[in-house]
Amino acid sequence: MSVDDRRRKAERIRHLLDTEGDSVQGNTQVFNEGRYESTADLEDYEALKDEARAIKEDAIERLPELVDRVTEAVEANGGTVYVADDAADANRYVTEVVDGRDVVKSKSMTSEEIEVNGALEASGADVWETDLAEFVLQVADEAPSHIVAPAIHKSREEIASLFNEVFDPDEPLETAEELTRFAREHLGERILDAEVGMTGANFVTADTGTLALVTSEGNARKCVQATDTHVAVAGVEKLVPSVEDLQPFVELIGRSGTGQDITSYVSLFTPPGDSPTFGGDGDLGSGDDREFHLVLIDNGRMEMREDDDLRETLYCIRCSACANSCANFQHVGGHAFGGETYSGGIATGWEAGVHGEDSAAEFNDLCTGCSRCVNQCPVKIDIPWINTVVRDRINRGKNGNLDFLVEGLTPDEEPGGLDLQKRLFGNFDTLAKLGSAFAPLSNWVARSSVGRTVMERTVGVDSRRELPSFERESLVEWFEDRGPRVSPDEARRQVALYPDAYTNYVRTERGKAAVRVLEALDVRVDVPAAGESGRAPFSQGMVATARSNAESVYDALAPAVAAGHDIVVIEPSDLAMFRREYERLLPEDDYVALRDHSYELMEYVYGLLENGADADALPDGDGQGVAYHSHCQQRTLGLEPQTVAVLEARGFDVTTSDVECCGMAGSFGYKSEYYELSVDVGESLADQFTTDETADRTVVASGTSCLEQLDALLSRRPAHPVRLLDTR
Amino acid sequence: MSTEPLASFESSLDEVGVELVRTTADRFESALAPLVSTPAVGASLPFEDVSLPDAVETDPTVAELDAADTGVTAAGYGIADYGSVVIQGGADGEEPVSLYADEHVAVVAASDVLPDMDAAFDRLAEDIRGGTGQAIIATGPSATADMGALVKGAHGPMDVTVVLVEDR
Ligand code: SF4
Repeated sequence: MSVDDRRRKAERIRHLLDTEGDSVQGNTQVFNEGRYESTADLEDYEALKDEARAIKEDAIERLPELVDRVTEAVEANGGTVYVADDAADANRYVTEVVDGRDVVKSKSMTSEEIEVNGALEASGADVWETDLAEFVLQVADEAPSHIVAPAIHKSREEIASLFNEVFDPDEPLETAEELTRFAREHLGERILDAEVGMTGANFVTADTGTLALVTSEGNARKCVQATDTHVAVAGVEKLVPSVEDLQPFVELIGRSGTGQDITSYVSLFTPPGDSPTFGGDGDLGSGDDREFHLVLIDNGRMEMREDDDLRETLYCIRCSACANSCANFQHVGGHAFGGETYSGGIATGWEAGVHGEDSAAEFNDLCTGCSRCVNQCPVKIDIPWINTVVRDRINRGKNGNLDFLVEGLTPDEEPGGLDLQKRLFGNFDTLAKLGSAFAPLSNWVARSSVGRTVMERTVGVDSRRELPSFERESLVEWFEDRGPRVSPDEARRQVALYPDAYTNYVRTERGKAAVRVLEALDVRVDVPAAGESGRAPFSQGMVATARSNAESVYDALAPAVAAGHDIVVIEPSDLAMFRREYERLLPEDDYVALRDHSYELMEYVYGLLENGADADALPDGDGQGVAYHSHCQQRTLGLEPQTVAVLEARGFDVTTSDVECCGMAGSFGYKSEYYELSVDVGESLADQFTTDETADRTVVASGTSCLEQLDALLSRRPAHPVRLLDTR
Repeated sequence: MSTEPLASFESSLDEVGVELVRTTADRFESALAPLVSTPAVGASLPFEDVSLPDAVETDPTVAELDAADTGVTAAGYGIADYGSVVIQGGADGEEPVSLYADEHVAVVAASDVLPDMDAAFDRLAEDIRGGTGQAIIATGPSATADMGALVKGAHGPMDVTVVLVEDR
């Protein structure tokens, strides 16, 4: 990316932060909190998710067969099924059916995907969006910014002034109630007059040809009931085998999306229905003659089905949990974090599949791989993995593999065309090694204004961000000199402390504290030179480099595992590599061996104390107030409580943050195009630690990035929690 | 049927802001009367010895439907865990009657209150295969938050009342 491209991107993000950010933030957080509450009430949440996932896996596997079955079922009921290859094919068919008549539509992302409104209007038909949010966007001539709440970026005040300007009502509209009433009446007339009702479908059952529509307003019902012709457009992936299969989705979709246990209406229509319709004579006429067309859209989906990495995208039920739980999305919304149609975490998969990689490339980097969405997805899609794979494909580009000149000169495994910025952050290990070898000179050069300017211009490292300062002596070197202090016979356990690149070269203090704390609990520690986990290249989409890093790490740690020792990891994002991402990077046996023997540092301390280690060997917190920020990947792994428990057991008084992510997210916060977004996200965390209740507390955080971010945004200097337990 | 689903039906309805009125076939008319404000429309009820009062128009014109304060229909069944009622039926007008009036009164037989979504879907699947063209799982009034705050009654009713006929 050029300097100008970076500047343009930064400007666009700043503009959206200023204009849409507050509204998006407020609304997504309500959804997000609602989801946490509503899913906590579900006794069998995990089992329901497994069931939902299994149904989708099976349905996509059997998709061609389900298309045949649904065609039979719908035709037996007297309707028609049309399988459209692409948007143009679908629009041609729908336009023919509508034949210039007036159309009322309920919300459907699939119809946005094919842009059917434009096609219908060009053919002379009037088209009205009856979903109130879609109606607002239609009036404002704007694109959706969220897959469930498309006008989430607009405040009540903005909608009021829009309506007052466009419709010029007798009394200016002001409250949400007044706006809703006005829209209802305005659209009510359109619904009465229209002849064609168009809907999407959240699910379509192949056995009966039943459409399931999940809505809260009632407009989809009206669009179907009031008109004589019903056209439903749905991606082919919406098919599930039978009516019974709808059950887990009905229980999950509202909770996952808006945080409601269930939305007001889950409509199961098996068209053509026979509800009375509106005749021209003012009577409720017989609905017996209704026409029904189901348009199933391929538009790239059948190809996604063949793609081992994108296939999972088709399991998506478009609930928006991944968007709502995403810190970046919360702050900037779908007009930045989205492509031609879809927005939020999974949008990369959808856009790459239906509109191509160029559309996905626009926003793909906004996924920092924090993984907060992973446990929120009702069908357990590994959304960060899809983002990484697509990033890798974008990196490789059309001719990236042809750049023989550069290839071979860099330490990574990537093609020559790769963006320099990505290459820099992806090779952090090499950088840190050099930085440490030449410290303090390297620190001095890096901090000089010439150095900063060069870095900003060439690789887009924002000069407002403080750079890490490399230590001359690495943790591994320190330990080699010092040696272990607990003899094997006295040792309660033996561990290999994994020296991640940051701890090894930059924050060596937390590594040394970790060694001393473990030793105080009678653990014999070794610190093997193991290299970078692959997290750095992985986050840049450099999958091949990440894989080779993973292999080296495994080689370095395997002897310890084979000897029955435990692996203790300080940096949560590296533990997440071992427990999650290595499944994709290492042979299965190696992955399982490492996963089963690896622990987060404080998790490990917790386990030692639970199993009889002497807690009094560690310092007494004596009621000291602590404000603790866990780490996004650590929380996804369910490992926040252990740190809190250990600190509390030692007498500290702990409060915790509940933001999804610190916003720094590895290299993200250093990149000049994202610096301001990173700070904006970070402010939410800083706010939580500067309230009356928290302002005087000692701040601790588990992740390196979180520490960097908090350091930049607070006047107190934060530290890793293990430092509170350091015996020195 | 055990009283447990009924108790949880009642508390779930309360959570979604729906009033529950319990009655029997004998006392149905007097129980319904205070819930109906005119003009009212309805779809005939499928329960023996239970019928709608004359004030309720069961064959409305479009204008009457649009102007109605109250719409009374039967619901095929209730789902205790969620406080939902399932509105089925077609040609008799259950769908428009339950959707256009400001208030929807749903009449459910106590024996048709099912404990949870699993039970509901077993029955839904059977009904749909048996030819029921539509089943709306309706929970609370229609609602929207699209205009900047939560508003009840977006396109559909803003109030819902469930009348439970206990000896059915
Ligand atoms: S990927 Fe999962 S969480 Fe995201 S919209 Fe799809 S189903 Fe929901």
